Amino acid sequence: MHEWPVQVSVNGRPTQASVEPRLTLADYLRERCGLTGTHLGCEHGACGACTVLVDGQAVRSCLMFAVQADGCEVTTVEGIASEDGELSPVQSALRECHGLQCGFCTPGFVVSITALLRDNPKPTDEEIREGLSGNFCRCTGYQGIVNAVHRAAEVNAEVLG
Amino acid sequence: MKAAAFAYHRPDAVEEAVDLLAEFGDDAKILAGGQSLVPMLAMRLTHFDNLVDISRIDELVGIDLCDGEIRIGAATPHAFVGMDDEVADSVPLLTLATPYIGHFQIRTRGTLGGAIAHADPAAEYAAVALALDAQMEAVSPRGTRDIPAKEFFTGLWENSMATDEILTAVRFPVWGARSGFAVEEFARRHGDFAIAGAAVAVELDDDSRVSRCGIGLLGLGSTPLRGSPAEEAVIGRSVDEITADEIGQLAISALAEIPADLQGSATYRAGVGATMVARAWKSATAEASNA
Repeated sequence: MHEWPVQVSVNGRPTQASVEPRLTLADYLRERCGLTGTHLGCEHGACGACTVLVDGQAVRSCLMFAVQADGCEVTTVEGIASEDGELSPVQSALRECHGLQCGFCTPGFVVSITALLRDNPKPTDEEIREGLSGNFCRCTGYQGIVNAVHRAAEVNAEVLG
Repeated sequence: MKAAAFAYHRPDAVEEAVDLLAEFGDDAKILAGGQSLVPMLAMRLTHFDNLVDISRIDELVGIDLCDGEIRIGAATPHAFVGMDDEVADSVPLLTLATPYIGHFQIRTRGTLGGAIAHADPAAEYAAVALALDAQMEAVSPRGTRDIPAKEFFTGLWENSMATDEILTAVRFPVWGARSGFAVEEFARRHGDFAIAGAAVAVELDDDSRVSRCGIGLLGLGSTPLRGSPAEEAVIGRSVDEITADEIGQLAISALAEIPADLQGSATYRAGVGATMVARAWKSATAEASNA
């Protein structure tokens, strides 16, 4: 099929390619940009492992074609830590609170939690569970993840002072 | 889980989109937020040679209050609808329904028009449109027409629009001051398709008698449905003399084909539906009585 040219800013770096329309944003990031931090679990929008930010909004990158992201700013898990590699408050809190075991789902959680705390800096337990209901973790039982969100919210509040 | 190949079109205007649909006929499908279509393409449950992406048509996005109605552009994302203060003030049933749609990462992309046009039997906005007697605006090469919600949903994932018609907006009527609204649904996991659910709107007159009632049902047929026997039974009666259980049972009493699947039998689903209607009725009438 006829390919489309796309230009996508990924983690602040301009990227461009000619793509088949059926190429998902997730595959564009992984295969064309070499950013394999965005994981693909179910590839039909159920598991949340592929969550990225598109123009600041958390979306499933498996439910969006790369052509639809043309001209957009995308942030993947690789763009969450600072340039020198220092973990973000969300990433540190996940480590501190044992919010991951195998780590497969973690990139999706990091991105979802980052968006969640930006929009709701001090969520309740219920709001955290509602906000993360679209991300599956098959290892942790979620308790550590919920604790990590609270911890990251505390750290963010301290930083903002 | 990769979609089969298709040709992609990204029109800038409704007119251009309609021309593309007219040109390709059954070989084209509208792509809006893609939150239902893309999984179906990925699982190869469906395929189209052409996808017409309407998500960048500016005139399809927006929320306007005028003449006793809220008009919402079809490509307006759920997240916008859910956060809009004007919607919350004038058509609260939409605001109440929004958190039940998928997850917040779905609501950033999914659109109101897409959810309604897709016509899933468990679609929350579709049930709200039915309960409130919304009007669908459809544009084709033959012009613009209004389709009442009750004539829109024709079957599983089927609506009454022609292949060259685009749903451009939905108009939801604003109900009177003494109204109450509630949405209840039951799913095994938050954000999943509901096993059953209900959107209830009720309006009272000065003597606390029901002057208007709309009940939208989810997951209880091959389309979103109305609980008509319950709606009809309550008109003119005082809210104090109507029990929630009575409304719940009446709402499901005329349903012909309640689906059965791995999540439960038809009897179970009917019971859940009646309970959801009863709970929503209680909340809606409490709100209307205190308004």
